[in-house]
Amino acid sequence: MNRVVITGTGIYSCIGLNTAEVSESLQAGRSGIQFVQERKDIGYASALAGIVPRPELKGLLDRRARIMMPEEAEFAYMAALQAFDSAQITPEIIAQRHCGIIFGNDSTVKPVYEGIDLLLQKKDTQMLGSGSIFQSMNSTVTMNLSTIFALTGANFTVSAACASGSHSVGLAYLLIKWGLQEMVLAGGAQEVNKYSFASFDAIGAFSGMEENPTGACRPFDRDRDGLVPSGGGAALIIESLDSALARNAPILAEITGYGFSSNGGHISSSSTSGQVRSLRMALEQASIPSTGIDYINAHATGTPAGDMAEAEAIAEVFGEKNVPVSSTKSMTGHECWMAGASELVYSLIMMQEDFIAPNINFSQPDEHSAKLNIITKATQTKLNTVLSNSFGFGGTNSSIILRKYSK
Amino acid sequence: MNEDRIISTIKDFLSDEFETDLHEVSPTASLKDTLDLDSLDFVDLVVLIEKNFGFKMAGEEFTGILTFQDLYNYVGKRLQEAAGTH
Repeated sequence: MNRVVITGTGIYSCIGLNTAEVSESLQAGRSGIQFVQERKDIGYASALAGIVPRPELKGLLDRRARIMMPEEAEFAYMAALQAFDSAQITPEIIAQRHCGIIFGNDSTVKPVYEGIDLLLQKKDTQMLGSGSIFQSMNSTVTMNLSTIFALTGANFTVSAACASGSHSVGLAYLLIKWGLQEMVLAGGAQEVNKYSFASFDAIGAFSGMEENPTGACRPFDRDRDGLVPSGGGAALIIESLDSALARNAPILAEITGYGFSSNGGHISSSSTSGQVRSLRMALEQASIPSTGIDYINAHATGTPAGDMAEAEAIAEVFGEKNVPVSSTKSMTGHECWMAGASELVYSLIMMQEDFIAPNINFSQPDEHSAKLNIITKATQTKLNTVLSNSFGFGGTNSSIILRKYSK
Repeated sequence: MNEDRIISTIKDFLSDEFETDLHEVSPTASLKDTLDLDSLDFVDLVVLIEKNFGFKMAGEEFTGILTFQDLYNYVGKRLQEAAGTH
């Protein structure tokens, strides 16, 4: 079995468009949430969101590449550029290692909506043009980036709701561990256009605290009233240790555990028992006791039921108030299909820069979160081993453990 | 629409779409080679023709359109036919 390491990261999020900006926000406890009037205008119950700008790609990519890409592929592209750059990977290395791509993505609402709307007006599928099909498929991120970066290894998208990004990293880890790949570009992407979260808003899952955007996302807080949707792109270079050492690559951390499970229950309700199984599997994979984790980056989105289930799961596996916990979603909002990947990037930044990012907006615990050691201010500390949770609709759970690399 | 207007309209939208300055292009130049067209680009040409001239063409009609002059002639003929039917 190969050891598996992370050698590069990229991030394009509402708290920063690169790792330096994101690090600053994480340390300052800065929220990226805002009130978005255009969502209110089309009937959202909650118009709160984390928004990222569409990048200017003219000059970076030719016309043919650009017209194939919806915004989430553009966000992923920006993150992937950073990841390859920080991992010191050239096109020659990509070719030599047969670099693969596995990305989490679970919607591409805007091109689907706009394509069908145009079709109904024109009554002729030809009028959709050549880009529509490639923008409208869930695999749009992987099909676009594999073409742009000439990737010749594994090539597929993971659609696992809000755990998509985490499972993409987990699967990349397994492929490399088993010797089937040497290097994989993994990550997650999430669209943020005004159509993207309408159906999610419909089920009343979003915070109603529109008068206080930066205080609206309150994971684990007694007064939390829902999540705040957000998005962007996150990318990680996952690589075998042998490959990384052979090319003197920077090694940011080693992936030592990937646990997963399905609740086998309600489509939208969380399950403490399902999450406990995912956490225990990750610890078993990493061959460490629960006391071996220095920090947990919680999935906690700010919904009353979801945070309760996770608080109970963490307390059951790690004991009460034993391990420092924070949810960076308190600042970023819920980056959904991207979240599992972006939160690994946030955790890596903390490991590299020796701090724990705060769970902002946490004032009072409820009876469940009272069992956790929730970090509310940026805290300087060495982190050797961290765990990141991601859970999604349908009861899909993922837990990944990262450890500082040592021989 | 006269021929000069047809030519300038085509050059404008092709220059814009394919990000190449075509205003000095020779009428006998190959459409495919000049614009480096692949099969997907012909789908977009059909959309551009409809947007700019208001008529629909089938993708396979491009098999007889090799040069810019062929395209000018084709568009002129289709516009004339459309005018004749009204």
